[in-house]
Order: sequence, then structure tokens, then C-alpha cells
Amino acid sequence: MVDFTLWDIVSNLALAARWTVLLSLVAFACGGVVGLAVTLARVAPVPALRRAAMLYIELFQGTPLLMQLFVIFFALPLMGVETTPWAAAAVALTLFTSAYLAEIWRGCVDSTSRGQWEASAALAMSYGQQMRYVILPQALRLAVAPTVGFSVQVIKGTAVTSIIGFVELTKAGTMIVNATFQPFLVYGLVGLFYFVLCYPLSAAARRLERNLVHVAR
Amino acid sequence: MAYRFDFAAVWDYAPVLAHGLALTVVLTVASTALGIAVGVAGAAARTASHPLPRRLVAVYVEAIRNTPFLVQLFFVFFGLPSLGIRIGEWQAALLAMVINLGAYSTEIIRAGIEATPRGQIEAGESLAMSRAQVFRHVILVPALRRIWPALSSQVVIVMLGSSVCSQIAVEELSFAANFIQSRNFRPFEVYFVATALYLGLAVATRWVLARVGGAAFGRRRHG
Repeated sequence: MVDFTLWDIVSNLALAARWTVLLSLVAFACGGVVGLAVTLARVAPVPALRRAAMLYIELFQGTPLLMQLFVIFFALPLMGVETTPWAAAAVALTLFTSAYLAEIWRGCVDSTSRGQWEASAALAMSYGQQMRYVILPQALRLAVAPTVGFSVQVIKGTAVTSIIGFVELTKAGTMIVNATFQPFLVYGLVGLFYFVLCYPLSAAARRLERNLVHVAR
Repeated sequence: MAYRFDFAAVWDYAPVLAHGLALTVVLTVASTALGIAVGVAGAAARTASHPLPRRLVAVYVEAIRNTPFLVQLFFVFFGLPSLGIRIGEWQAALLAMVINLGAYSTEIIRAGIEATPRGQIEAGESLAMSRAQVFRHVILVPALRRIWPALSSQVVIVMLGSSVCSQIAVEELSFAANFIQSRNFRPFEVYFVATALYLGLAVATRWVLARVGGAAFGRRRHG
């Protein structure tokens, strides 16, 4: 048996945490781009687009991330793409993130008042111009706090990718437990690592929300 | 060569899926009832006048909300026995789900309680209601009515999250899917069907909770 000192455990978890952070960043960036497209489809003046976006959101919000991972993991080879845990994790988390962000952002677009749409229409703005210059800038201000808040869900979501064999924080924790037989200590530390990553974001989201309420008043 | 889908290979294992589905439902119902009870107690402590319970509950809520459910589950299932607390996979799954939902519902119910207009509490007191009566009739029930939709969403998230309980060998729906694909080597079809079942379960959960909310708190009124 390999002897693991506390420092060995912590440093190995820290190395693995880099993958948690990287996967979160990729999922959040790609999910943001896809999510914006889905948001625009969700509020589009075309009923078919709206319905398709609704279905997309419902599909990803109504099924477990674990099942999405498995389906994608086994669906990619059927489409002729070689699957690696990393690719499946990145694709699944991107889709998952995009659906939730689209729903959050739709709420923000919806909460800009009707008068804004009517006023900009009265100025003979096209739909694209209304979105670009009137609606989105206002929706964006509302969207910051819940978006930062949701980033915590993305980081926590990456833990599930350990199940398809992607070696990030949780998987590294399991591997170290198997070598040290100290589950209480190691999973406690793993939890602490996630807490250190997530808590600042939670706190920031709360602060942003509070500031927004003050501005609104 | 094009892949040929074979969903009949999944149908042969329908009883296994049904068994898994039933266990997921049982886990969800039990953890919802207990989790909301923890949430009510937590929210009451969170709004208490004494700072100690307030702070303890705040630590609990933040610790749970900022760590993944999977890690909480592993901590309970693998960690507690190393402290001498014997716990089966079933109890571990239920305990982790209750702890998880308890933290989120504490936060949700607290928000509902804090939205209680001051005047209503004073009105209750002026009617000579006891503190317990004021808490129950004036604060808690209207708060639950207010936040029921948010709480329902959280229950759905916990139900979907229970899929990772397969990792500690709880024989729920994902466990059934894993088992079947190890037998028939049709992972895509199996996981596709299991995913569809979860989707149906999510829709059903929302529907049931809307009914339960309607029955328990009556029609939504102003406030």
C-alpha cells in the first residue's frame, strides 16, 4: 500500500480540481453561446421556433444529467465520433448548461416591460434592432445575478462526470479513498474543495441580487 | 455499416425497469416528505431570535448548497461507517437526499417567511393568538403557499439527482439501466428509454405537487 500523507491527498486533489475548473469553464462558455441561441429562439416571433426551444429546455431540465451523460457517451460513437469521457462530459454539460441558462435568460427578457417593445416598434426599429439596442441590454442587467448563481450548479454538475470515468475532483477523491481507506477525511476534503470553488460565486450572486433590488427601488 | 436500433432488447427487461422506477418514486416521496419537514424546522430556526440556531442553520445550508450531491452521498455512505456508524445503501441514499432537500427547502421557505407582512403578525398577536398559532397560521402556511412552485421545482431536481444513487448500489432507475445494458449490450437504447422514463416522472412529479399544493393550501390568493 502506498503511504499517503495529508499533504499528498490535498495536493493530488488540487491537481484534479484543475480539471473540474476547466470543464466548468468550457461548459459555461459553450453553454452560454448555445443558451443565447436557445433564448433567442424561445422568445422569437415564430411559434415553431418557440416551441422547439421549449421542448429543448424541457428535455434537459426534465432528465437527470447522469442519463444525459450516458446517452451522449453512447450516442457519439453511433454518429461516427470517437467518444472520450472528456468529450462526452463537455458536450453533455454544455447542453445541460445551455438549457438552464436559456430558461433563466428568457425570464429576464420577459420581464422587460411591454412598453419597451411598443416604444421601440413605434420608432420603426426592426426586430433585430429592438433586441440588440432595447431589450437585451435591459435583460442583461437582470441576468447577471442569476447567471452567476447558476455557475455554482455547473461546477457541482461536473462531479457527475466522474461516473463515466472523467478524472476530476470527485473521481480523484474516489481513487485516493481506494488507496488510503480514509473515506471520511478524503470526501470531507473533496467537499471542502467544491465549497471553496462555489461559495464565492454564491456570495457574489447574492450580493449582485441585493444591489439590483436597491437600484430597482 | 449503419447502426440498427433494437428497442425490443430493452422491452425484455421491462420488469427490471419497472422495479427501478418504483424505487425512484419511493425514494423521492420519502425524501420529499422528510426534506420539507427539515426545511420547515430549518426555516423556523433561521428566523429565530437567538443567533446560535440561526448561525448553525446558515452553515448547514451553505455547506450543502455549495457541494455536489454525489460527494454528499459518498460522504454519508463511505464516510459515516468509518466513524463506526453502520449504514446501508438505502438509508444512506435517503439520508443524503433528505439532507440535500432540507438545505434547499430551508432557504426557499425562509424566503417565504421573510415576505410575511409585519402587519399580519401584529394582527395575529392582537387576536390573542399564541406564538405557535401565529407561526403556524399567519406565517408558515401563507409562506408555504407562496413558495410552493419553487419548492416543487426543487423536488424535481432532487428526484433527477437521485439517479446518482445507483453509484452506491441502490437499485433505482439508473441502476436498472446500468444492469440491463450490462446484459444486453444495448447501452444507447437502454439509457434512452431510462431518460424518457425520468422525463415522464418529472412531468408527473410536477403535476402531483401542483395537486398537493392546491389541496393543502387552497387556491392561490394575493400575497
